[in-house]
Amino acid sequence: MNRTRIYFDNAATTPLLPAAREAMEPFWNDTFGNASSPYATSRAARMALDGARTQVAKLIGAHADEIVWTGGGTESDNWALLGVAFANLGKRGHFIVSQIEHHAVLESAQTLRELGFEVDFARPNSDGVVEPEEIARLMRKETLLVSLMSANNETGALQNVAEVAKICHENGVLFHCDATQSAGKLALDVDGLQEGGGRREEGGLGFSSPLPPPPSPLDLLTLSAHKIGGPKGIGALYIRRGTKMKPLLRGGAQERGRRAGTENVPAIAGFGVAATAARCDLESNAAHLETLRNRLENGLSEMEVEIITQNAARAPHISSFIVQGARAESLALSLDLAGFAVGTGSACASGALEPSHVLAAMGYAPQQAKSALRVSFGTQNTVEEVDEFLETLRRLRERR
Amino acid sequence: MAMSGGVDSSVAAALLVEGGYEVIGVTMKLWAGEDDPFAAHRFGGCCTVGSSEDARRVAHLLDIPYYVLNLQDEFHARVVDDFVAGYSDGKTPNPCARCNEWIKFRAFLERADELDCHFIATGHYARIERDAGGTTHLRRGNDARKDQSYVLGMLTQHELRRVLLPIGEMEKPLVRERAAKLGMAVATKPDSQEICFVEDGDYAKFVIDRAPQMALPGPIFDENGVKVGNHNGLARYTVGQRKGLGIAAANPLFVTKIDAPNNALIVGSREKLAHDGFGATRATWTQTIPRAGQKVAAQLRAHSVAHPAQIVAADANGFKIQFDAPSQGVTPGQMAVLYDGDEVIGAGTIT
Repeated sequence: MNRTRIYFDNAATTPLLPAAREAMEPFWNDTFGNASSPYATSRAARMALDGARTQVAKLIGAHADEIVWTGGGTESDNWALLGVAFANLGKRGHFIVSQIEHHAVLESAQTLRELGFEVDFARPNSDGVVEPEEIARLMRKETLLVSLMSANNETGALQNVAEVAKICHENGVLFHCDATQSAGKLALDVDGLQEGGGRREEGGLGFSSPLPPPPSPLDLLTLSAHKIGGPKGIGALYIRRGTKMKPLLRGGAQERGRRAGTENVPAIAGFGVAATAARCDLESNAAHLETLRNRLENGLSEMEVEIITQNAARAPHISSFIVQGARAESLALSLDLAGFAVGTGSACASGALEPSHVLAAMGYAPQQAKSALRVSFGTQNTVEEVDEFLETLRRLRERR
Repeated sequence: MAMSGGVDSSVAAALLVEGGYEVIGVTMKLWAGEDDPFAAHRFGGCCTVGSSEDARRVAHLLDIPYYVLNLQDEFHARVVDDFVAGYSDGKTPNPCARCNEWIKFRAFLERADELDCHFIATGHYARIERDAGGTTHLRRGNDARKDQSYVLGMLTQHELRRVLLPIGEMEKPLVRERAAKLGMAVATKPDSQEICFVEDGDYAKFVIDRAPQMALPGPIFDENGVKVGNHNGLARYTVGQRKGLGIAAANPLFVTKIDAPNNALIVGSREKLAHDGFGATRATWTQTIPRAGQKVAAQLRAHSVAHPAQIVAADANGFKIQFDAPSQGVTPGQMAVLYDGDEVIGAGTIT
């Protein structure tokens, strides 16, 4: 059987950091207690839970008690939308989500409609960016929440979260940001940089350049552990104190009654360590990822390739491109046979690849979207791997 | 290797691996179906998530790479639209034959080229022989009851040259035995029969959903043009059908013709179902175009007898056939496959 030698699909998931794995180790057997129970093994588990909560909170400049553990980014996205809806079942209302959100948001928005809420889908421009004016245009007096991701998972294009947060804040509308792809890649602060308002010692940074720092706070923010070197099956939803929300999962007092279910202590411990690593190494990691991406795109520019959202500010780890005249599906499978793992849109239940809704929203024709590949780097990748990839891609292109 | 998750393609894949080929297993995703992931039919049958899981498991067992190829656009354009259009034109189309021709061989070959594969392989019961001159011959499978050469009848040298049919020489019980010996969980899985994209076998509903005019009521005429009743939508009838006509007559009546332009059904006695011969379009020839007068056997359906006949005329586009004795089963839209002994010489769509 062929093996994956070079892994370039880090926007899908990342390998577990050794430190995270080590942090998880005690909680499989030694300290296996249910974190809600009163005896010794449980108290120790509870300490791990709360320690990790502080570690994750620091990544986004939040209070620890504003971090609630979930089963992953998908649950966090579902909860952000449905939780706000459940708190407003009496009078219903209006939601705005962007067309380039993850399906976890898009399909939850569909459920909102079934529940009797109104939803508008904000369009991106041809650079893959949802302009704040588009959000402002869709805003109504019944609008309850706006959901906009920080970095798109397919193109890497950064969204103007700061500006949209400001519009929401001014209109008294809640703002949810899916930060799954930007966490650990770009500095992010849920309070933004208001005069004297920053809670973190080093002050709120907002997104690093070229975007201006966000002047307004976020209310809800999605995080996932396995995109930053943590384990799978664990995520968090940041919920600002006082946000009008309801639980999604019920039947237990865990997480202060906000999310029922026995906590996944080993995974949470791993998430905490991964969050710390992501925060401490942020600048050096981002620089490394950017080096890899620039090398890739320099190489690609010599082939018949169009880099998607090249004009937009982008997260440093993602590069999507259209290989003219090629079927991305076949290219990705040929690359797999050669030992490379790259992304090609999302997979359906059977594993077949579906054309990207993000590229469609940006105005790409289906035929072009079917020629798009995504390379996403992780901190473990090297310049040599990029060179080998370019070499292989060139060879595959020449085969036809 | 096209893998459906069923016994035949699973054993075929195993045989290729044993034969020293470097094998890539693929399942073709052809049809999205409905959205309800809890629906009972999503858990079994062809072209479902369940079948790709079976195929993936077998590929893992054989230690070969496995992919699901997305061929939904091609399938929709070439097979589903053609099926609905054929019905709307008063024909009884054969979507499985179209799928074999356009998807499971042509589109699949294109994908195989893109993955740099020399051959494509399927789990059909038919034999492909290569002679010394480099010509390939398509013959009936050794298991007469399972023979599937009919559904491969429209392949030409272009495809046949690059097709492997690893179980063509085998008989079904032996295939099941091999599957069991390999420890494949699919060994007792039933054979699939229905058209994969039509739920619950309700063709009429499928066609009406896409061509609403096929639900319009209209007249039923006898052979002499006398109105004998009313039908409730042409989508509900095929040539040869007896049930559901709702006409009281001394002798049983059968649908003998569907007159789509006039939304009318023509009925007649059983003898009227027999034809002296037929014409066909969309002809394909496995080798050269045969000459007029050549003796052949014409098979008009999968798993039915082949009628002795001779070729009246044949060219690159179509052919005319004269039966040795009047024969039933001439259904416009269905595929006719012509045999010389056990070898397929060509195929076409009955007009």
